[in-house]
Parts: sequence; structure tokens; C-alpha cells
Amino acid sequence: MSAHLRRLEAESIHIYREVAAEFRNPVLMYSIGKDSSVLLHLALKAFTPSKPPFPLLHIDTTWKFREMIAFRDKRAAALGLRLIVHTNQQGVADGVTPFTHGSSRYTDVMKTDALKQALSAHRFDCAIGGARRDEEKSRAKERVMSFRSANHGWDPKNQRPEFWRLYNCRINEGESVRAFPLSNWTEADIWEYIALEEIPIAPLYFAAPRPVVQRDGKLIMVDDDRIPLAEGETPEMRRVRFRTLGCYPLTAAVESEADTVAAIIAETLAAKTSEREGRMIDHDQPGSMEKKKREGYF
Amino acid sequence: MSAPLPTTEGDQELLRFLTCGSVDDGKSTLIGRLLHDSKLIFEDQHAALERDSAVSGTVEDGLDLALLVDGLQAEREQGITIDVAYRFFATEKRKFIAVDAPGHEQYTRNMATGASGVDLAVILVDARKGVLTQTRRHARICALMGVDQVILAVNKIDLTGYDQTVFDVITAEFMTLAKELAFASVTAIPLSALKGDNVLERGAEMAWYEGPTFLQALEAAPVGGSASDAPFRMPVQWVNRPNLDFRGFSGTIASGVARIGDAVAIAPSATASAIKEIHSQTGPVAAARSGEAVTLVLEDEVDVSRGDVIGAAGTPVAVTDQVAAHLIWLDEAELPPGRPYIMKIGTATVGASVTEIKHAVNVDTQEHVAAKTLGLNEIGFCNLAMDQPVAYAPYETDKTLGGFILIDRISNATVAAGVIAFGLRRASNLTWQDLDIDKRSRARLKDQKPCVLWFTGLSGSGKSTIANLIEKRLHALGKHTYLLDGDNVRHGLNKDLGFTDVDRVENIRRVAETAKLFVDSGTITLVSFISPFRSERRLARELLEEGEFLEVFVDTPLAECEARDPKGLYRKARAGAIKNFTGIDSPYEPPEGAELHLQTVDLTPEQASDAVIARLREEGFI
Repeated sequence: MSAHLRRLEAESIHIYREVAAEFRNPVLMYSIGKDSSVLLHLALKAFTPSKPPFPLLHIDTTWKFREMIAFRDKRAAALGLRLIVHTNQQGVADGVTPFTHGSSRYTDVMKTDALKQALSAHRFDCAIGGARRDEEKSRAKERVMSFRSANHGWDPKNQRPEFWRLYNCRINEGESVRAFPLSNWTEADIWEYIALEEIPIAPLYFAAPRPVVQRDGKLIMVDDDRIPLAEGETPEMRRVRFRTLGCYPLTAAVESEADTVAAIIAETLAAKTSEREGRMIDHDQPGSMEKKKREGYF
Repeated sequence: MSAPLPTTEGDQELLRFLTCGSVDDGKSTLIGRLLHDSKLIFEDQHAALERDSAVSGTVEDGLDLALLVDGLQAEREQGITIDVAYRFFATEKRKFIAVDAPGHEQYTRNMATGASGVDLAVILVDARKGVLTQTRRHARICALMGVDQVILAVNKIDLTGYDQTVFDVITAEFMTLAKELAFASVTAIPLSALKGDNVLERGAEMAWYEGPTFLQALEAAPVGGSASDAPFRMPVQWVNRPNLDFRGFSGTIASGVARIGDAVAIAPSATASAIKEIHSQTGPVAAARSGEAVTLVLEDEVDVSRGDVIGAAGTPVAVTDQVAAHLIWLDEAELPPGRPYIMKIGTATVGASVTEIKHAVNVDTQEHVAAKTLGLNEIGFCNLAMDQPVAYAPYETDKTLGGFILIDRISNATVAAGVIAFGLRRASNLTWQDLDIDKRSRARLKDQKPCVLWFTGLSGSGKSTIANLIEKRLHALGKHTYLLDGDNVRHGLNKDLGFTDVDRVENIRRVAETAKLFVDSGTITLVSFISPFRSERRLARELLEEGEFLEVFVDTPLAECEARDPKGLYRKARAGAIKNFTGIDSPYEPPEGAELHLQTVDLTPEQASDAVIARLREEGFI
């Protein structure tokens, strides 16, 4: 492994150990994607031979790909880790779906609100996430230990200064911190690391024939029969894969032949668009991600 | 024979660099230009840039490359950079992390955040404006943070008609500054971020310039060698204890090499042991070097916890409870010397306060100026005292054990960053004289348990009246007491102190120390002081032993105090004749966990003193 990746790995482990030492009740945000897979792998390394001293939390919007849920349960069981799954039941009762309420409102209710509910209910004082600074412009601005007010808000104009590796983890009752061990990793680093460490990832990342419909130039997978089809719209089988994973109606597939990690790396290095292009919620309004983050989104 | 070290071959050396300088010198545009011309921008990002440029761009009829970096809404709206942005890119030669810092003085602490931990700083200067105060401030902060390679980017050279004289004059002026700040290398480059001259491609109009382009300079910069040849040091982050058979100490090796069998000394306790096992990122190994995250198992059952430093036995880690350090102040409120803060150094967290400001620095003239305090973004050279010995090193030799931050105990804000110049040995020269008669024996003779009754409240709230009444009653009961009254102490011990925040802190510190002496003599000590700040009352509390400090909040509403105005002080304060008067133009922070809360509107002074006497009985003080 290159010294570059070893250094990134060491930095992530260092951040994990700071979290474990400084917080009373941390939680690992496990979103099942490739970054979460790396995040989990690093957590195992940081604390071995102990198990990571925190549970995993998955916010289940009920609209995740079925293969994601299966992969999640398999991993947690194999590793013997405690997995907390939380769904915003009020949102379900109110019938909030990406089709009826629009991607922005849906995300607010089923992801951001759900996350805040779970963090408050379990009184977690630190939520560890897999966000990377190279993903998006407002994420490029975020600290490694990012302070959140008692109502989970982020104030990007007034972040705590952060020097060297001296993370200020001190908070008052009700406040919390979002910790980002993968801050300085890039998408290429993640894939290279997955290949070298043979980290298991969800099968959706690999190209396979899947039923899709084309909407606004984007390929949406028909993962179950809840997706309303327009008249004359019929799913067709195409060889596709996903660069990022989210809720299936909001995550576009790309046509691809890449069915190995090596092929994915080759494709990633040659890519002309960013991985988040397929994430509708990043683009539903100007400054989308920052706005969501200020309100508590990861 | 020593074990082989892990190799570092096949590394594309990573360079972390900072772009800084004054507002509008084109920092974000330069990074944007670098990404754009290196074809490092994705198509969807390019399309977004075109849309954004049309909406909020500041470049007429063109792409505003700064928008690639300025990611916050407020930044895009105002066309400024507020916080540091991290951008990642790679050329064929190496990988880069570009850290784009804000130029406004108001956001200096974000710039300083960016400067900690980079290998090189790009300091931009607008060719038309030359070296400005902010250029000097940023250069000084880079030097303070130990960044010793600089690229001086003289930007917007196109707007001077590519004038070599302009470039030479600016370079000469900066070199004078650079010499004082002792940078190891400075490369000056004339360029235009907007047009792309000398960024990736040579500028056609600058035949007179023969040095490297900006990208060439970045690709050629040496990366600070790893600290493998320094003695082994590892601050302990976390104790790994999955079961009774395993006890490992986890941390990142700050310097040197650890090998199985090596003798180690643990600071600050100076306990000795040897390395038995090393668990690295790849599993069990025979040796590990600086930068690796490891878990060490030692030969002996020694007491090691978070904050301790495991070091090579031959060159033990230095330990002190006082240091001299350069400090950059980051808080809106100015530094009050003497106020207790939380210090984070290495992995240790201790209490610390600034005991003396030796001088502040005028960033414009480089002069040392006398200072009683440091304001936002000011840099000073200070002495600090810690409440317990910690492992440390001068920042110059060890960035991990030489850098620290100070955290406010109430707001938890990071209020300062510091780098240690050297340790002070005063504490070790001034040994504590052990006395045969102790507090307990003195108290026994007096047939009481000593304590401090700390009365806090607004001026005119009734503190002194109630305290006086209580002392009379204790006296009548045959108890030994002493009353320290705010006004009286200010006539003697504290007559050199005024009423600024800084002086108020010192006022309380002296009274708390005095109260501690009285308690040590076995005396029940009553302190009647406005003591408006929580952090100072906490300082007093922490000077005393657990259970010895009883905070009595004499809670009288401001309006009531002002109506009473027994000394006519509120009238004067309202008229502006007294400055910094608590409750009027200086804050009072009410206690949050006072042992006794006396709401005087519903109580006579007699009833209030009854409550206090009852409490003293309950707790066995009398």
C-alpha cells in the first residue's frame, strides 16, 4: 500500500481514538455505502483487539435499495456489532415519499428529521460520519470535529478553529459533534483502499443487468413496485451500476461494464462527472447541501 | 539487531499547501485556475460553474473561478472567503491538498486553522497594492505555525503591464520580512491567476522572468522529512483493554521508531518499562515509525493513561508545569491573564492560565509592544502555568508536544492556539515546604471544620449585611471566623487593581488564594465579593478541597439593588461617572450550581443567615 494511503489510514484511526476517549456516547453513522464500508473497516482497525466502543446507526427512509438493507444486516451480524435502525414513523404515517412530496421535503422529513430524532432519543454526543471534503463545496469547508448546537444545527460562518490534531471535543449538555474521519480522503483513495484491503461493499456498485427507467436523462432503477410509472413507461434491463448509494428513487445509475473493483477504479479515474452528479438532492436548489447541513443533515 | 522498518516506496508524495494573503489578492481564483487549467474539474461541476458565474460571478462575461472554491452561500453572495476550503488534486508528479484561507482580518482564526499542518504557504500579493498589513500578519502566522517554505505569488501582474520593476520592489520588501521570520525558502513568482500567466503556462509577456511557474514550484517543493531520526515519542490516546489478558496503549507515533524490546520511560510519572508487542495498522509488527497509528503492549503492569507520553528511555520526555509560548488569541473577548482555561496538549487535558504577557507583536512593524492583554487575532509571547505537570517539547523540535490550544471553561470555545518556546523550571526550584501541623490539627483545636462561604451577587444585593450577621452569630457560638470583604480588600492587598475584566480576574484570584490560606489555618472564612464571572468563582472553588467551598448566591434583582443603592454607586454608574460597573455596563453571570440560593426579596437578612447557619450545621462544619 502507498505511504499516502497508510497516512490517511493513520489519520482516520487517530480521529476514531480521539472520539472514543473524549465522548461519553458516540455512534457510527452507517449508511451502507462504500464510504461507510471504509469507515467501518477503519473503526475495526482502530480498536482491535477490542470491538469499536460504539453502536452503528442506520437511518432507514424505507426507500433504500433492497440489496442495501440485506448487505447492512449481513455485515452487522458478521461483525457482531450492535445496529440501531431508525425510521421517522411520523413521516411514514403522513405518507411522505419522494414521489409525493418532492426530493427536498422528503429528505428533510425522512433523513434529517429522522436523524435528529435518533440522535436525541439515544442522547448521542458524537455522530461519526463518512463525509469527505472532496465530495461537495460546503463539505470542503467543514472541520474534522464539527460542532452542532442543541437543535443539531451547523453554523458554517462560525466554526471552531481546529489546530493540528488537537480536536476540541468539549460540549455542553444537549450539544453534539459530528466527527469525520474520512475528511481528507478522495473518491479515488476510497476505491484504491477498498481494493487493497479487500473491503466488502454492496453489490449495487458492480455493473449488472438491472431494470431501469429513464427520467430527465437519468437512469432510475425500479427496485420495487412503489415507483409510479407514467403511461407508456416500461422498465428495461440495462447493464448499470451506482457510483453512490442512497434512496433508490433519488439515486441515478450509470451504464457500465465495471464488475470488479479494479474496473471501477479505472472508470473512476477516467470519469468526466463527479460522483454526486447522480444525487438529485444535491441539486434540488442552489446551495442545497449547505442548507441541509445547517439543518442537521450529514 | 534491529528489526526492519516498513517501507515507504511507491509513494506519490503529498504536498499540503496553504494560499493566504490579503482580501481580493486572488487566492480562490488562483486555486480555481489551477484546477481549471489542470483539467481537474468535472463536467457537471463546470456546468454548475457556468451557471453560478452568470448569477453571482464577479468576472464580466467569463467564468468566476473563485466560485469553484467558495462553497458557502454567504461567501458566494458576498464574493469573499469566510472559512478555509480544502481542495484535492493530483498531477502526474504528486498529489496535493490545497487549503484556501480567507483574507479578511476578521477571519484570521480560520486562516490560522489552515496554516497548522501545511508543508508550504503561498502568500499572495496584489501587484498594484504591494505588501499590506494582512500580508505581514499571514506571513507571521505561517512562521509561528512552523511553515518554513513560502511561495510569494505576485498576482495581477497583468494589471501593471507586466512590469518587472513592480515585481522586484515587492519581492525585495517581502524578503526583508522573510528574513526576520526566518523562512527556510522563499520563491517569488509574478503571475496572473485571472489570465493564467505563469500558473501552468509561462506568461508570454514576461520574458524577463526565468524562474519556475506556479505549478512547477509546487511540484518541486520538498516535503518535510518524517521525524524518524528523532527520539521515540507516543502520546497515549486510549487504553485498549478488551479483557484481562490484554492491556494496550493506543496512539500515533509522534517521532522516532518503536521496536520490540526497546526500553521506554513514561512521562510525566517517569515510570520505566519496555515494549513487548506492537500492533500496527497492518497487524503485529516488530517495529513502527513516526506517523503510524499503533497499539503498544508493555512488559510491566505500569500505570499509563490518556495524556501520558511513552518515550525512549535514553532521551526521556521533558515535563513541566510552566512554559513560555507564542500565543495567538482567537476569541472576541480579550485575554484576561490569570483566568483558568482548559489546555489540550498532545493527548493531555489540563488546567492552565496565562500568568504573564511578556509582549505583544505589532504585525506591521514587527515591534514588540508592552501589553496587559491580547485582543482578537493578536499574537503575544506569554508565560503559562498548568495545574499539573505535563509532557512537552519546544514546538521547533516537536510539533506534537509543542503545540497546544486553550479552551474556555464555560463556552467551550477554542480561544487560543500556542506554540511552546521553552519550559520554565521555576516550579522545580521552588519546592513545597512540608509543615508538621496541618489543616486538620488546626481545625481540631478550634472544634470546627473550616470552609469558605463565598457570597456572590450584585452590588447592593445584601452580601455584606448577611455575611456580617452570620459572622456575629458564629462568633457567639465560639467559632473561629474571618470575613474578607470586597471593598476592604481593595483598600489593601488589591489596591493596585482597577475594574477592567483583566483586573477583576486578578482580584478574585488573590482573594481566593487568601481564603485558601485562612481555611488552611482552620478558620471558617466568609468572602463577600461581587465576583461576577463564573470562571473565576470556579477557580476559587477548585483551589479548595472537595466540599470546602460553599457558593452563596445573594439573589437580588438589579432594579431592587438600584433602588436601595446604599453607596450611591448605581446613580454614579448611570451618570457615566463609574465605568465597568457590574449590572450596568459589565456583565454579571449568575451561579448555576450554588450550594445556597438566597432570594432576598422574600427574606429578611436574619432569615437568610438562619438558612446559612442551618446548612453549616447539616454539613458538620459547626
